[in-house]
Amino acid sequence: MAPLPRNTVRDALSVAVTVGAYGVAFGAASVAAGFSVLQTCIFSLFTFTGASQFAAVGVVAAGGGALSAIATAAMLSTRNALYGIQMAPILEVRGVRRFLSAHITIDESTGVALSQKPRGIAAMRVGFWVTGVSVFVFWNAFTLLGALGARAIGNPASWGLDGAVPAVFLGLLWPRLESTYLRVVAATSMVFAMVVTPWLPAGLPIIATALVAVAMGWRER
Amino acid sequence: MSTTTLWIVVLATSVLCLAIKLFGHYVPGRWIANARLQRINALIPIALLSALVIAEGVVTKTHVVIDHRLAGLCVALAALIAKAPFPVVVIAAAATSAAVYHLH
Repeated sequence: MAPLPRNTVRDALSVAVTVGAYGVAFGAASVAAGFSVLQTCIFSLFTFTGASQFAAVGVVAAGGGALSAIATAAMLSTRNALYGIQMAPILEVRGVRRFLSAHITIDESTGVALSQKPRGIAAMRVGFWVTGVSVFVFWNAFTLLGALGARAIGNPASWGLDGAVPAVFLGLLWPRLESTYLRVVAATSMVFAMVVTPWLPAGLPIIATALVAVAMGWRER
Repeated sequence: MSTTTLWIVVLATSVLCLAIKLFGHYVPGRWIANARLQRINALIPIALLSALVIAEGVVTKTHVVIDHRLAGLCVALAALIAKAPFPVVVIAAAATSAAVYHLH
């Protein structure tokens, strides 16, 4: 294997360290929602796609049912399938490596890989693998820390944990609002979620908001 | 939620999310090349994350409730507008939310 391109590795590691902060927040939020430390760690090891993990935990914390939690998390992760379609022809791996590459196909690994395009296909592959593996390590280590921390502190409201969770979702949403239209979609979704809240069982308004995406994405603009 | 239900959520979410990732790597791209599907799929995270901000920030069970969490959310918004790094956004929101909670 050729020596690792240093700039690519630096890009990958800086992304991985930043993502660690989400891991602490996830671990804490999951335990506060009622999941055990073991269950929380299994989320990060096997679901391994941050927004979906936060969503499943968030729906449970909001008093929603198991089906709402699972469906919301799954819908949020469909973008990973599109990332896979983009990444598979670039990575060109088979067997166990293909399976592993699928598991680490997330926002960060795909983002870093695609950003390495000017440096060539070898750099794209290195960017993908180094980002994916290092995010996996940091995400899981910090999840455990957050989960143990939350178990130690007791009442989550007293430490602002219930205020941190919506801030995490806002932080995940923020960088996606790249155009006026996308900001309109976000604002519409928020209003929709608020309006349907009194009429639907807890947790259901979240997944119902997918209707806003369907309605606003139906026609070409 | 019972321990069994929580396990179902953890395991079903993990299996489905992994299956969706594998789907992308093993299925020919043209199967989901439909333009409408792609447009909707691009908007799904924005719609769901927006709903989650509301559900976690201003909703308790099935009621819209204004409390300490909204104070934290406002501070998070200000921090994001000021281009603060992610940990600062979350910690500022948590600190504000906790402070308002204790003032009450």
